[in-house]
Amino acid sequence: MSISILDVKPVFLFSDILIYILVASLGLFFYQLMRNPLSRARWRGVFQSAAGMAAFVVICFYVLVALLDSIHYREPLPILENQTEVHYSQEIRSALDLIFVGVHKRSEKTYSSPFSLQLFTKENMQDENDNLYRDYPMLKHAGQHLSSPAEQGQDVVNKSLLALLVGLLISAVFVGSHMLWRKIKKPTTELPWWSAYLTATVLVLAGSWAIGLSQYYHIAGTNIVGVDVFYQSIKAIRTGVLIGTLATLLTLPIAIVLGISAGYFRGWVDDAVQYIYTTLSSIPGILLIAASVLLIDVYIELHPESFSLGAVRADFKFLALCFILGMTSWTGLCRLLRAETLKVSQLDYVQAAHAFGVSNLRVIFKHILPNVTHIILIAMVLDFSVFVLAEAVLSYIGVGVDPSMASWGNMINEARSELSRDPVVWWPVLSAFVLMFVLVLAANVFSDRVRDAFDPRFGKG
Amino acid sequence: MFAYIVRRALYAIPILIGVNILTFALFFMVNTPDQMARVQLGDKHISEEAVEQWKQQRGYDKPLFLNTEENSQGLITDTIFYQKSFSLFLMEFGRSDAGRMIGADIQQRMWPSLALAIPTFIIGIAVNIVFALFVVMFRATAIDTAALILCVALLSISAIFYILGGQYFIAKLWHWVPISGYLPGFEAWRFLILPVAIGVVSGIGGGTRLYRTLFLEEANKDYVRTARAKGVSETKVLFKHVLPNGLIPILTSVVVVIPSLFMGSLLMESFFGIPGLGSYTLDAIQAQDFAIVRSMVFLGSVLYILGLILTDISYTLVDPRVRLS
Repeated sequence: MSISILDVKPVFLFSDILIYILVASLGLFFYQLMRNPLSRARWRGVFQSAAGMAAFVVICFYVLVALLDSIHYREPLPILENQTEVHYSQEIRSALDLIFVGVHKRSEKTYSSPFSLQLFTKENMQDENDNLYRDYPMLKHAGQHLSSPAEQGQDVVNKSLLALLVGLLISAVFVGSHMLWRKIKKPTTELPWWSAYLTATVLVLAGSWAIGLSQYYHIAGTNIVGVDVFYQSIKAIRTGVLIGTLATLLTLPIAIVLGISAGYFRGWVDDAVQYIYTTLSSIPGILLIAASVLLIDVYIELHPESFSLGAVRADFKFLALCFILGMTSWTGLCRLLRAETLKVSQLDYVQAAHAFGVSNLRVIFKHILPNVTHIILIAMVLDFSVFVLAEAVLSYIGVGVDPSMASWGNMINEARSELSRDPVVWWPVLSAFVLMFVLVLAANVFSDRVRDAFDPRFGKG
Repeated sequence: MFAYIVRRALYAIPILIGVNILTFALFFMVNTPDQMARVQLGDKHISEEAVEQWKQQRGYDKPLFLNTEENSQGLITDTIFYQKSFSLFLMEFGRSDAGRMIGADIQQRMWPSLALAIPTFIIGIAVNIVFALFVVMFRATAIDTAALILCVALLSISAIFYILGGQYFIAKLWHWVPISGYLPGFEAWRFLILPVAIGVVSGIGGGTRLYRTLFLEEANKDYVRTARAKGVSETKVLFKHVLPNGLIPILTSVVVVIPSLFMGSLLMESFFGIPGLGSYTLDAIQAQDFAIVRSMVFLGSVLYILGLILTDISYTLVDPRVRLS
C-alpha cells in the first residue's frame, strides 16, 4: 500500500469552520449591499481611488493566505511491516504548508541571521583530528546545494531572477485574463484597474521570490528554536486576520440590537442601554480584557481533561480571546447607532410609516437599518485594524493568544530579549513589523476610503 | 451648576455599583475563592486544609452575598461582597494577595506615573496642534496630501514598535539616555525623557489627522470666509479665528482622559522600568493577583466617570450657549 498526498486526514478546528463562515457571510453582506443602487454608487466611490483599490487587493491577499492556512490536515505516517491501518501524524499541517514545500521541516538549532549559512552562536566542535575548537556551525538546511560559501552571492542573484521570472509569468496570466474579461464584458464604469494590477503584480513577485528562495535559504533567518522566521510570520497572518474579523463581527450583533432599540424605543429601554454601555466603557478596556482572559486561563487549568491536544487548547483560548475582545468593544458603535437612530426615527417617512400602522419590527428593518448601515460599515473596517494592533499589545502583557500559536504579538514579545542581545537579533521583530504594518496600513487606507464614500459628513470636500 | 454636579455625582453611583457587581461576578462567582486558592497554591493535589488556610488568611472564607450565620448587621457586612467589593467605595483597597497594603502602594506609585503621563499628555497635544495647524496652512496642496499619507502610515504602527525602536536606537545604540530604570526626585528626568518622547511621537499620526479635520471644519465656516472676503490676511485668519475656535472641540475632547492619566501607561512603564501604577497593574495581571486588579479596575472607573463630569463642565466654560440642566 503506497501513500499519496490524497491519503491525508482532514482536521477541522473550530476557528477554521468559523473563518469560512465569516468570509461567506461577509461576501453575502457585500452582495446584498451591491444590489442596492445607492450603495453600489458609493462602493464605486471607494474603488475609484487608486489607493482604495490597492488597499483592497492587499487585504484580499492576506485573507487568501489566512483561508489557505485554515485548511488543516494530518499527514499519514509511513506504514510499517504487517500493519493494516494507517496512523496519522500528531502534527497538524495546513494547505499553506504545501505551497511552502516543507519549509516547516527545515528547522535549525537556534538563531541564524537572514541568508546566513552559519548558526548565530558558536559551538564546541571537533575537527578530523579530534581537536576541540569553537566556531559557528554550518546550517543544516541553508545553501546545501552550494559547493563553497563563496558562490552564495551569485547563487542568490540567479535564484532571485528565476523566482521573479516565474512570479512575472503568474501575474501576467492573472492580469491578462482579467484584461481579456474586461474587453469582452465592457463594463460601463471605469475603475483604476492599473492600481489593482500593479499591487497584485508586486505582491505576486514578492511572494514568489520569498517562496522560491526559502527553498534554499532562511530568507528572514531563524528564531530561538530554529524555526524559519519568514514561515512563522506568514503563519501569523491567519491569527491576525481571524482576530480582526471575528472580534469585529462579534461586536456587531450586540451593538446593533442595543443601539437601534435604544434609539427607536427610547424610554426605559434607552435608559437601560445607556446604563449598560456607560458602565462597561467606564472600566479600563485593557484591564477588563486581561481579567477575562485570566479567568479563561484558570478555567483551562482546572479542566485539563477537555484540552488534551495542544492545538485544541490554543484554538479554544484564541476563540475565547476573540469573544472577549468583541464583548468589551461594542460600546462605541452602540453609542453612534443610538444617536443616529434617534435622528432617523424623527424623519417624516418613518413617522408616516407609523401612521400607516406598520409594525415596529418592519419599520426597523425597512427604514431604520438601511439608514444606519454606513455607520456599521465604517465601524467594521475601523475596528479591524484596531484589533490587529491590540493583539500585539495583549500578547506582550501576557493575555494574548497561546504562546504555541504563531502570532505577531508573540514574535514581538520575544523581541524584547532579542534586541538586548549582543550582537542584536533584529530579524524576527522586523519581519513581524513589515507584515503587520502592511496589513494595518491597507486596512486604514481602505477604511478612510469607505468613510469618505459612505459618511455624508465627509463627502466631497 | 452646583446642583448639576451633585446630580451627576449621584448618577455615578449606580454606574459604580454596576462596575462593582460586574467585577465581583468576574472575580468571585465565575472564579470562586476555592479555585483561586488552588491556582495560587499551584499543586493539583493540595489538601482541603491548605485551601481553607489560604482563604482564611486573605479573608475569602466567607459566604458570597449573605452570611446566614450572623445576625442583623453581620448578615450583609460579614460577606465577601461587602468586604472585598463594597469597601472599594470607601477607597479601602485592603491587602493584595501577596499581603501588601494596596492603598499605600497606590499612593507611593502614583507619582512616577504622573511624572510620565502629564508631560506626555501636554507636550503631545501641543505638538499635534502645531502640526495640524501647519498642515491646515498648506491645505489642498501636495504638502497636505503628503502629511496625510505620513499620518496614516504613522498610525498604522503598533505602539510597541515605537517603544522597541526608540529604546534600541536612542538608548542602546547612541547611549543618549539610560535604557530603563527610575530614580526618585529630580534625577528622574533622565529616565523620563525617552518615554515621554516616544509617547509623543507615537501619538502624532492619529492626533494630527484628527485635529486637522477639526481645524478644516472651522476653516470652512461662514465667518472665516467673511474674514477672508474683507481682506484679513491668511495668517491672521488662521491664528485669530481658526486656532482659538478650533481649540474648543480639541480641548473638550481631551478633558475626559485627564483623570485617567493617574492610572499610568501599562506598556511604557513596564518597558522602561518605571515603578508607576501601570507597571503595578501589569505585574498584578501577570502574577494573577486579583485583589490588585480589582482595585485598579474600580479606580479606573471612578476616574473615567470623573472625566465625563469634567467634560460636561468644560463645555459650559468654553461655550456660553451650553447650559447644564
